[in-house]
Amino acid sequence: MDIFQTFFNIDVLVRTFPLLMQGLWVTVQLGLCAIIAGLALGLGLALVRIYGARPVRLIARIYIDVFRSIPLLVLLIIVYYALPFVGIRLSAFLSALSALTMVSAAYTAEIFRAGIEAIPKGQFEASGALGLSYRHMMVDVILPQAIKIVIPPLTNNSINVIKDTALASVVAMPDLLKQATQAQALAANPSPLIGAAIIYVAFLWPLVAWVSRLERRFGGGTR
Amino acid sequence: MAGFVSIHNLRKSFGAFEALRGISLDIAEGEVVCIIGPSGSGKSTLIRCINRLEDFAPESQISVAGIPVTTGRSLAAVRAEVGMVFQSFNLFPHLTVRRNVMLAPMRVRGVSTAEAAERADKLLTRVGISEQADKYPGTLSGGQQQRVAIARALAMEPKVMLFDEPTSALDPEMVGEVLDVMKSLAHTGVTMIVVTHEMGFARQVADRVIFMDAGEVVEIGAPAEIFANPQHDRTRHFLSAVLNH
Ligand SMILES: Nc1ncnc2c1ncn2[C@@H]1O[C@H](COP(=O)(O)OP(=O)(O)OP(=O)(O)O)[C@@H](O)[C@H]1O
Ligand SMILES: [Mg+2]
Repeated sequence: MDIFQTFFNIDVLVRTFPLLMQGLWVTVQLGLCAIIAGLALGLGLALVRIYGARPVRLIARIYIDVFRSIPLLVLLIIVYYALPFVGIRLSAFLSALSALTMVSAAYTAEIFRAGIEAIPKGQFEASGALGLSYRHMMVDVILPQAIKIVIPPLTNNSINVIKDTALASVVAMPDLLKQATQAQALAANPSPLIGAAIIYVAFLWPLVAWVSRLERRFGGGTR
Repeated sequence: MAGFVSIHNLRKSFGAFEALRGISLDIAEGEVVCIIGPSGSGKSTLIRCINRLEDFAPESQISVAGIPVTTGRSLAAVRAEVGMVFQSFNLFPHLTVRRNVMLAPMRVRGVSTAEAAERADKLLTRVGISEQADKYPGTLSGGQQQRVAIARALAMEPKVMLFDEPTSALDPEMVGEVLDVMKSLAHTGVTMIVVTHEMGFARQVADRVIFMDAGEVVEIGAPAEIFANPQHDRTRHFLSAVLNH
């Protein structure tokens, strides 16, 4: 059997393609949910971390540091296999979603914080002097400017979240990787794994290229 | 008798350093006051306390139009009445010139978009930059930006305007256009407190000139008196240094 027949077996790929597409759909769902939830939670954490009262600020900081330190796989296994011992039993999807969200929020919070802190002090002072409330200052003045700064790193983080969804296959989520391994077992041929790899790359390459372009455009700290 | 802007025993420290050492000052409605003094004397800190961009010691009291400058609702009321113009303009770079002027009236006073736009255009005409209304601040010259900043502050129809060295960041050829706008403003009855190094402006426009040094008010008087006949050595010393340049 030659290499081509082993790794790029067209016959096997065609047969298992629907399975892989099902997996991709699960991966996309999981990734998008985790990205959106992580953005919301991360923005909240960043605001608390910068403007909160001292005790909550400290809690936000500890959260951010802890969830940036813990390996995602470890967290995922704790959520799925350890929490049931205290009566918290989440489905595979919810386990994966919470683990991905908790970690993504920590990174997102740091990205938002850097973005907000990059806004010159004069913008806050001018808003305050005009009598804008805290909410209006953030919504109308600070965040619109911070968004431009945070879009490239946030996109990077989103790419990481989608890649990390592959870890969900260890808690039996039928995501792209899991479907590929199952298809491989079924067909007794590793082509589906290669197929999955190609799908991941095809899916994420455009995002990666887009980030590079954004970084070049916004790079050098110009505004 | 408390002034329209009333400052009583104002103290402010940055750590162990006392930037303001117990300043008391009453400014009447419609009065134009210029604050002069050497670098580091506390001029900026003083006017930044009036709208509480700087916190100050709890025993100090400031009020504007009878409203105490404290925190919360009362501070919001004060800030709505007090406009401020900064040395570095601090325009909102992501908004057009017109939107810069419209924002606060819409958000703070609840003015409609159409009315805010109309008011903004009137003000931009008044400061002489109506043609730039749809541009972004970054594309304007320094002098134009500062005039937008003045229009933005005026859009709130403030009773008091604070200026912190509004012409110090400008190229010399643009100083005049900003001072002209300020001069015409001085005749409208708005109370103005102006930190400046423009002695010509102070002499010509101010009702009173305040000389500050080392966190204290050293001398207050009509510009003619202060410039022609300063009472204190420190004032004399400062004036001879700036005027003979
Ligand atoms: N945020 C701060 N932290 C520490 N010290 C400060 C701070 N702001 C001002 N100071 C100090 O307080 C003193 C008064 O500063 P202020 O800016 O009010 O002076 P100024 O009279 O406006 O000077 P200039 O003419 O240079 O603008 C200075 O010695 C300054 O170093
Ligand atoms: Mg100053």
